Amino acid sequence: MTKVACKQAICEELIERARRDKDIVVLTSDSRGSASMAEFARKLPRQFVEVGIAEQNLVGIASGLAAAGKKPFIASYAAFVSMRAIEQVKIDVAYSGVNVKIIGISGGVSYGPLGMSHHALQDIAFMRAIPGLSVYMPADQYESKNLIGELVNDHSPTYIRVGRNPVEDVYPSKGFNFQINKANTLQEGTDISIICCGEMVQTAIAAAAELDQQKISTRVINMHSIKPLDREAVLRAARETVSILTLEEHSIYGGLGSAVAGVLSQQHQLPLKIMGLPDKPVIAGKPAEIMAYYGLDKKGVVRAVKELLKKSGDRK
Amino acid sequence: MYKTLDLKSKAAEIRIDLLKMIHNSGMGHTGSSLSNTDILVTLYYSVMNIRSDEPEWEGRDRFILSKGHGVESYYCILADLGFIEKKELNTFCQYNTRLIGHPNNKVPGVEMNTGALGHGLSIATGIAKAAQMDDCSYRVFALMGDGELAEGSIWEAAMAAAHFKLDNLTGIIDRNKLQISGSTEEVMSLDPLSDKWKSFGWEVVEVNGHDYQELNTVLSKVPLKKGKPTLILASTVKGRGVSFIENQADWHHRVPTAEELDRALKELSSAGVDLDD
Repeated sequence: MTKVACKQAICEELIERARRDKDIVVLTSDSRGSASMAEFARKLPRQFVEVGIAEQNLVGIASGLAAAGKKPFIASYAAFVSMRAIEQVKIDVAYSGVNVKIIGISGGVSYGPLGMSHHALQDIAFMRAIPGLSVYMPADQYESKNLIGELVNDHSPTYIRVGRNPVEDVYPSKGFNFQINKANTLQEGTDISIICCGEMVQTAIAAAAELDQQKISTRVINMHSIKPLDREAVLRAARETVSILTLEEHSIYGGLGSAVAGVLSQQHQLPLKIMGLPDKPVIAGKPAEIMAYYGLDKKGVVRAVKELLKKSGDRK
Repeated sequence: MYKTLDLKSKAAEIRIDLLKMIHNSGMGHTGSSLSNTDILVTLYYSVMNIRSDEPEWEGRDRFILSKGHGVESYYCILADLGFIEKKELNTFCQYNTRLIGHPNNKVPGVEMNTGALGHGLSIATGIAKAAQMDDCSYRVFALMGDGELAEGSIWEAAMAAAHFKLDNLTGIIDRNKLQISGSTEEVMSLDPLSDKWKSFGWEVVEVNGHDYQELNTVLSKVPLKKGKPTLILASTVKGRGVSFIENQADWHHRVPTAEELDRALKELSSAGVDLDD
């Protein structure tokens, strides 16, 4: 099993695609190294635009490129591009309806030790509130590559959030049937559904193994597409399992959990727990340390599932 | 190609159209639109290569209205040129219209949505960059207000356009020295504006923004310098063309009453060629 950062996989896929499609352009804001895009800049300099540390201009220029027929992919820090340039995302990209793909790198608490300035824990909330913008969070290198493969042929504005660190593979290199905008059930279960995305898929898989050992039948649903959300998968989970727990590297407000709650509140009443980072500046530390502190590790998820099922008082 | 005199009478027509439109809708940026009318008329009737029957023609010159609130003259020109039907102007700012109070690219002839200030120059820079990458010969024009130059993003774009050597890009500043709260120099001083742009690497030329001859001469020969974006600092009068609207900050988005409209139209129709007084 290899460990590859999603951003690395995205760069490889973009190089591959951009060689065949001269309209694909990558833009960075002094972020080519951090975004693993240095290779793209070296190999395809004529399809690479460096804008400097200026996120508003970065998004504005990308929208102009798209208006002129290019297929721009922005690779910039999730913390900055999602907030410093949110008005450009809203107006220049989404309102004008141009084909700009924004890859928010080093999302969540990837830069754990660097503090709230560098944490991106509200980006999904902002982005999913913007009309016309799709929002994705792939779980591993293969899902990242498949996602990019789909997005190069799509013309709608999109935000893709990835982390900084190498992640273990969730999927095999071959024969993985990726379907964009469809949740992927990694394992079936009848007691609890853990709906997760991004790097938290790893944590969910680990917690599910532990729960299964404790005879708690756990379904793990990778929801790479936060918007549009696979409502059917959520409703099926609501029908077929006792409770649902959402797990994400994001604020408890406005992210995957809120999206799932929105679906459930209209159709079903069942115990739901939203797990994410709290509504306050989070502690500094390595990403794993931060996640453990807030109970967002295997142990914390197992505990939360058991409490949730106890509350629902309905375990099989 | 229109002659200077024709541009003058065309501009008087557009001013009449926009004042009627604003009065009918009960909304609009009267002073701002009157300020930029002559610049837009020169661009659209003399300078830019465009096709009203083929708005998305690939070879067209591109225009971005960064000061999106000055949209009324823009819509009236698009209607006059046949991009949209003239009667659609009656829907301006009305229920479910596409003639929204800021540029809307669902309207044929409008490239991109603007309205929040400080965005347009980045967008224009992106379009010009795409033309440069593909070796396309079309030109890109971006009209900015002076008040919006307080937005930092304008200067991000100014830096980038010069860095990329985008000589296919022309920025125009509608320098009427008034913004919603009063004088630009009192709200947030901009001068020496020409020096600022020069220091950012732009080729700068100052013109009278109501002199069709001057505007036409400069706009027709951009780029002024190979490898450099052009900045046209156009001195204008906010509310230009209607004596009691000129130079009044409160006419930024004031709507003329029936009586005021009547007086304004009389001034414009009787003195369409006397605007240089």
